[in-house]
Amino acid sequence: MVPAAFGGAIKMTVDVLFFARIREQLGRSAWQVMADGQTIAALVDGWVAEHGDAWAVLQQADVRCALNQVIVSRDCIVHDGDELAFFPPVTGG
Amino acid sequence: MIASCTTAMNWRFFRRSPGVDMRRDVAVTTLPLDEGDLRALLQSACGDVGAVATFTGVVSGRGEQAGVSGLELEHYPGMTEAALHRIVDDCERRWPLQAAIVWHRVGLMSPGESIVFVGVASRHRDAAFDACRFIMDCLKTDAPFWKKEHTDQGGVWVSARQSDTLAREKWNPSENTEGDTA
Repeated sequence: MVPAAFGGAIKMTVDVLFFARIREQLGRSAWQVMADGQTIAALVDGWVAEHGDAWAVLQQADVRCALNQVIVSRDCIVHDGDELAFFPPVTGG
Repeated sequence: MIASCTTAMNWRFFRRSPGVDMRRDVAVTTLPLDEGDLRALLQSACGDVGAVATFTGVVSGRGEQAGVSGLELEHYPGMTEAALHRIVDDCERRWPLQAAIVWHRVGLMSPGESIVFVGVASRHRDAAFDACRFIMDCLKTDAPFWKKEHTDQGGVWVSARQSDTLAREKWNPSENTEGDTA
C-alpha cells in the first residue's frame, strides 16, 4: 500500500492469474482485483456471486491455488500486492 | 527454422549450487531440445564421473486421444522454474550428484519431438538412476505445466493421472504433494 502522505493513491490490488483449462473457461488470463485481508475462498465466493455461475469453475475441488507462486489452501489470506493464481492439476513431463 | 538447442546453450553455463559441489542447469524453453547437445553439456560439466543417467520425454501421436497432430505445453512463468529448482534441491540432498540438467519445452510441438530432458551425473549408477527417476516423478506432479493435445477434432486438455501422484508419493510417503494441498 502506498501511503497517501507520499502522494500515492491508496490501492489494495491483487493480480489474479488463470492457466490452462481455467483460463479458457473464464476467457481471461489475468485480472486485477481490489482485495486485502480476505481468504481465497471468500474472494472466489464473491466473484461467483458477482459474475455468475461460469466462475464456479474456481470452486471445483481439483482446482489449485497458488499465492505468490506457492501452492496454498483456500483459507489463506490474500494481501495487497499478492499474486494469486488458479489452475488445474499439472500435466507436464 | 528456429534457432537450434546449441544456439540456445551457447550463452548458458552451469551454475554451482550454494555450498554444494554440484552443477545444475534448469530451463524452460520454446526451442527444440537436442538430446545430444544436452548430454554433451552434462558430460562437460562433470568431467570424471562414473555414471550418467538421462530421460527424454517425447510427444506421442497417441496420447489420451488417437491421431494427435500436435501437443501444446503451457506453464506458469516464474513458478515453474522455481518448482524445478526445488526438485533439484531436494534431489541434491538425497543423492551425491556431480551435475543435473532439467530442460522442459513449452509451446506447440509435433509428435516425435522432445518435451523434457533430465540428465544426472554421479559417481555411482544407483544414485544416477534413482535421481533421474526422482526428478521426473516430482516434475510430473509438482511443476506447473499443462498439456493440450491437438487432433483434427480440436484441442483437449490432458487429465492428470493418479499413477503419477502415486509415483510421486513413493518418494515421500508421509508428505503432501502438490495434488493434496488444494
